Amino acid sequence: MTDRNIPVTEDELHAYVDNELPAERRGDVEAWLASHPDDAARVQSWQAMADLLHTRYDSVIDEAVPKRLEIERLVRQPRKWVYGAVAATLAAFIVGGGVGWLARGATAAPSALQNFTVHAIEAHRLYVVEVRHPVEVPGSERSHLQQWLTKRCGWIVRAPELTNAGLKLVGGRLLPSSAGPASFMMYESASGERFTIYTAKSAAEATQMRFAAEGKESTLFWADDGVVYAVVSTGADRGRLSQVAQAVYDQMEKKGG
Amino acid sequence: MLGKAFAPQDSCNPVPMSAFRQSVEAMIPALRRYARALARDADIADDLVQDTLVRALRSERLFLGGDVRSWLYTILTNLNKNRRRSLARRPQFMPLLDNNPDASGTEAEGRDIARALSTLVEEQRSVLLLVMLEGLSYREVADIQGVPIGTVMSRLARARAHVKASLEGERTALRRVK
Repeated sequence: MTDRNIPVTEDELHAYVDNELPAERRGDVEAWLASHPDDAARVQSWQAMADLLHTRYDSVIDEAVPKRLEIERLVRQPRKWVYGAVAATLAAFIVGGGVGWLARGATAAPSALQNFTVHAIEAHRLYVVEVRHPVEVPGSERSHLQQWLTKRCGWIVRAPELTNAGLKLVGGRLLPSSAGPASFMMYESASGERFTIYTAKSAAEATQMRFAAEGKESTLFWADDGVVYAVVSTGADRGRLSQVAQAVYDQMEKKGG
Repeated sequence: MLGKAFAPQDSCNPVPMSAFRQSVEAMIPALRRYARALARDADIADDLVQDTLVRALRSERLFLGGDVRSWLYTILTNLNKNRRRSLARRPQFMPLLDNNPDASGTEAEGRDIARALSTLVEEQRSVLLLVMLEGLSYREVADIQGVPIGTVMSRLARARAHVKASLEGERTALRRVK
């Protein structure tokens, strides 16, 4: 037996929405909600949130399951997977920690790209604040800059034309990276907004474009033809950043021709 | 519901799939949904599901019965926790475009909820998704996370408050800017 006069708690409101409330208390909660519009609004907002989640993610259920997730396939080739013994796996699972993810095999490519984005963002931070010496070779010597960086890096380095995006080439420099030389180019808008383009040798042949952010810096990066590119900005919104990255990408695509 | 009737042999050819494998297979779509919401990036999400399946299948003979569904959610949740731990202090990765064309729903709302989820701490996001998206009970989520039910409820309450504020904040912010 419950007492109608016992106030409904926050926990009970959640339990009500999640169908975790004892059946005999539901009526009390409904009566409470009828006379407490604030609580009713909250409950309603949680239900709307659940609807949003389902609207957003339920379509995944209907997607065709990718081949790599087919049970037959996974059972047939278990030795390909670089895991420890079953016992170790289970132990890790039971204590919920440790081994496993870091020991992942070839699919762990993102970590290499992560180091790359760290370098790209650090270089950006280091040089965009420079007023007098932001670059080694000024943008006025564009063709010399391109030839020099191409020669030192070993892949074709182009300083893309970004005037359509309102950006002018400030210049570029050569940088060290864990994967050998890296090229660094800086662009500036009339209002002083600076973007940098960083390229280095990539472990991955090609990847889709991805976004990473750290602090105020954000970057769009991708690999193509064994070279990884990052377009870095400070505080640019996503629309602006992707506009610039798209322009860079389009011109890099055409570099072969 | 599974009993102990696992095929004794490990051979894979035309032997009919064991009840265990069938129940694992039946869970793949739901695991993919959970992983997608948990990790945002579709590729990373499927990596998580794949690792979960590999582990589950490897442990088939050690599985002593019980609820396969909860067990799979547990593995996936733990794998994701480990993944995030190894990513800590590195730049946060997000897909540029939600690289899956979810047809339904208004796009902007979908982005809002995805962004709101990404601002939650790991345990809260996991509780929120397991309860609200996957429909698990508080008891099941408590077992998955290895915490008391009270902890599940407080995580859920905080997660809901945070997502609600984030959704509302986003809308007002957008209105102000545009």
